[in-house]
Amino acid sequence: MSEILKNIEEKFSEYFRESHSKLGEDTVLIKKEGILDVMVYLKNKENFNVLMDLTCVDYYGEEERFEVVYHLYNLKDKKRLRVKVRVDEENPEVESLCSLWRNANWFEREVWDMFGVRFKNHPNLKRILMYDEFEGHPLRKDYPIRKRQPRVGPLN
Amino acid sequence: MGVKKIVTGVFGEEGFITTKLDSAVGWARKYSLFVYPFVTACCGMEYMSVACSHYDLDRFGAALPRFSPRQADLLLVVGTISHKIAPVLLRVYEQMTEPKWVVAFGTCTCTGGFYDNYATVQGIDTILPVDVYIPGCPPRPETVLDGIMKLQEKIQKSKQEY
Repeated sequence: MSEILKNIEEKFSEYFRESHSKLGEDTVLIKKEGILDVMVYLKNKENFNVLMDLTCVDYYGEEERFEVVYHLYNLKDKKRLRVKVRVDEENPEVESLCSLWRNANWFEREVWDMFGVRFKNHPNLKRILMYDEFEGHPLRKDYPIRKRQPRVGPLN
Repeated sequence: MGVKKIVTGVFGEEGFITTKLDSAVGWARKYSLFVYPFVTACCGMEYMSVACSHYDLDRFGAALPRFSPRQADLLLVVGTISHKIAPVLLRVYEQMTEPKWVVAFGTCTCTGGFYDNYATVQGIDTILPVDVYIPGCPPRPETVLDGIMKLQEKIQKSKQEY
């Protein structure tokens, strides 16, 4: 087990859920309540200063349906870390990371647009790819594959 | 004598003046296409190579792109049209003055291509009338020139309104 995963497990035992280092990729799953605390620690103390990616996975049918995935990069030591949180369908909400990384703003808007996961304390949480009239979230597994919502012209 | 020969060659030996004018106007229009390139995707690269010196769209009188729809008479829709941008495309088409023509450049504009999903218009002919469809993903420059020549043929043969 790598040092960083050990550190997270020790410092945030109340939020820690599981971790692995398969294929050399450090991955940690934490409780969503702890996302901001853990990320502040990782950015300021562990030098993970770049938020490479922020995305989401829809595990349709599972109890905690959505998994929000954060990819971090440490420019100094050239290390990568994957942090995940799970949210349920009834209240899909995670704390926004806009206060830590400014690029989280658009990433979070994309996740909101495509998956309908809300980000608490986001300064401008509105659709980024689809148009405002669009109903639903197209990358959810229960979005009908043939459903179309044209703004002009026929339903095709 | 030479001038007379040219004139009779274009307008015919004898004929009604309307026919003559139609033919002359068609001839003028087909060689002075002012293109509005509505470029949204990778087909734009092929459009650029067609417009530049290697394939030289100027040979067909369609070289000068106009970036105002009011100065253009050929709407060249190049690339995937999403539902988000469809109203913009329609607005551009409506702002163009008559006579006007539309060319669907590439598979995405013809049918939606492999983007059979929530985001993409399944062929621009669902929202505006199309004169020539150029297939290909993206089409070769030769295919585009063939399409432009087909459009010129269509312009020459159609009834001219003026």
